[in-house]
Amino acid sequence: MAYEIGKGGFLANLGKVYGGYTGGFIGFTILLGILEQLGTPNLYIGYAFVFLTIAVYAYIGILSRTAEISEYYVAGRVVPAFYNGMATGADWMSAASFISMAGGLYLAGYANLGYVLGWTGGYVLVAILLAPYLRKFGQFTIPDFLGTRYEGNAARICGVIVLFSASFTYIVAQCFGIGIITSRFIGISFELAIFVGLLGILVCSMLGGMRAVTWTQVAQYIILIIAYLVPVVWLSTKKYGVPIPELTYGQALQSIAELEKSLGVVRPHSAAFVDARGQFSWVEFHNFWALVLCLMVGTASLPHILMRYFTTPSVKQARESVGWSIFFIFLLYFTAPAYAAFCKLEVYSNVIGQPIASLPAWVQNWSQVGGLLTIRDANNDGILQLAEFVINQDIIVLAMPEIAGLPYVISGLVAAGGLAAALSTADGLLLAIANALSHDIYYKMIDPKASTMRRLLVARVLLVIVAIIGAAVAGTRPSGIIQMVAWAFSLAAAGLFAPLVLGIWWKRTTALGAILGMMSGFLVCLYYLVGTRYFDMPLWFGIRNISSALFGLPVAFIVTYVVSLVTTPPSKEMQDFVDSIRTPAGAVKAEAAH
Amino acid sequence: MADNMSPEKREEYWNKTSKLMWTIMFWWFFFSFFIHFFARQLNEIVILGFPLGFYMAAQGSLISFVVLCFWNASAQNRIDEEYGVAEE
Repeated sequence: MAYEIGKGGFLANLGKVYGGYTGGFIGFTILLGILEQLGTPNLYIGYAFVFLTIAVYAYIGILSRTAEISEYYVAGRVVPAFYNGMATGADWMSAASFISMAGGLYLAGYANLGYVLGWTGGYVLVAILLAPYLRKFGQFTIPDFLGTRYEGNAARICGVIVLFSASFTYIVAQCFGIGIITSRFIGISFELAIFVGLLGILVCSMLGGMRAVTWTQVAQYIILIIAYLVPVVWLSTKKYGVPIPELTYGQALQSIAELEKSLGVVRPHSAAFVDARGQFSWVEFHNFWALVLCLMVGTASLPHILMRYFTTPSVKQARESVGWSIFFIFLLYFTAPAYAAFCKLEVYSNVIGQPIASLPAWVQNWSQVGGLLTIRDANNDGILQLAEFVINQDIIVLAMPEIAGLPYVISGLVAAGGLAAALSTADGLLLAIANALSHDIYYKMIDPKASTMRRLLVARVLLVIVAIIGAAVAGTRPSGIIQMVAWAFSLAAAGLFAPLVLGIWWKRTTALGAILGMMSGFLVCLYYLVGTRYFDMPLWFGIRNISSALFGLPVAFIVTYVVSLVTTPPSKEMQDFVDSIRTPAGAVKAEAAH
Repeated sequence: MADNMSPEKREEYWNKTSKLMWTIMFWWFFFSFFIHFFARQLNEIVILGFPLGFYMAAQGSLISFVVLCFWNASAQNRIDEEYGVAEE
């Protein structure tokens, strides 16, 4: 590893460095595979994967330490489009995508394709509405943009409030996921595991800020995508002779459809908009669209994603980078339904209807891990019925290596992948929150004369504090991973989407309009979320609270629009500022706007 | 250069950019929502074992999103170059 980050040599040799890293990781996996054959116990293989990968991330984190503001906040704006795409992929795909999504598809079939659609399509909105313009604006945070465009600290504070609510909800979910994986693979208690994972997060981000997080996230993406693809490609080759699971699982879907008939399943896997009885339902129909919309708009509003586009060298590269981001995310998302189909086929053909005494080995292994897979012979006939088999959505991906009959080393690989997914997202979120607090609140509002050293110190202290609070809240197990993540999307969508998009695309948007719109949208969303979750408030139109933004979003747009029209139009200077961020070349006229 | 662009040129540039935005937005809506309204009908068609409605939500629309993002990047680059506002 004869390279140093930031010496120019590193940027010129990115392909070599990460190519070598990928080769090294594959070699490491093969070596562990050989050691396993020679009789190394499984627990040690789990240790090796968890600790060695964290050590590599820490190493990159330490190499990337920095004492410069622009490196700490925006990675020095030198990240090429392709690598920023990979980093965004890791930033984006969290424990929810890696572990829970395929399992959700297994349980709910078509209905959960709403997540697959919603978590990809939002990038089109990022590409056309926001990323290039935010890059041109070229400051450090999303509240920075709001504070400049809407003339002052009121808008900045509102931005920080929304950012904090959404990102903090999200980070709690990630700490939860990290706790689950770490505790399972190194065998310590959940509460302790969260804090071990926390160290893994902090070593990546604390010394080098955005710069360290960027280069770690690229490394994490490589591990997570290898880990996700290997088991399912292997299974596809074994079953159908073609190593492209995305093509072969169609055959699995056909076999599932036939087995569903003979097993008497009332809700077919591929059927769209059906309720639990397999009948078409308008409520399911509406909820599907509400979820897709909220997740897509949320994608285009989450600060930890948007701020990744501050790091590219140019506006042109910011645009291309969105393309690479969605491409790298796509690789995982279009594979997830294959996991679900293969697993379901295995369960329907080799588990259900079999004598309980002779179930496949993977079922027996997993039924011994607390509560994740339960088999209860209700009618005491010694044969497993469909209703007697309950599987938790979080084990589909983790159990796939065993379903495919792969050695334990692949299970370790999958654990490393899940951990990479959760750590990378947690890092991005943590940085988004800590940067908003240190840059927007401390530097811009409390002490504008603070020295560089002091600003970086405050940023790091806040980072550690937010991380500890996030981990502590996760320790109380507040809710399920996917649910918390979906709430974060709704909060961000309702609060931030309207002021960001209108600020760029509609010059007439006034400061007061944006502030009132932002707050009313956010509060309506929050009211619906809290009311339905904690106070038994009845659902509006049957829309579940994971799609709360469906109500907040239009409120935000309407209030912004109406208030803007009745207030004095923005000044000439402000209009010039908007013009200047709309074109890639030329200076940003931000001074005039203050 | 962008700083001394005439207001007319600037407006023309922004109109072209907006038009591209709405075009992509149209296809985004088409692949995100419109075709899936007919998922139940599309599911009657089966290709390589995939019911078409399921396939579109699991893969087809995703591919279109990737294409839309790269298409947007290259089309916008062409507009930038045409108006001389691309970065150096």
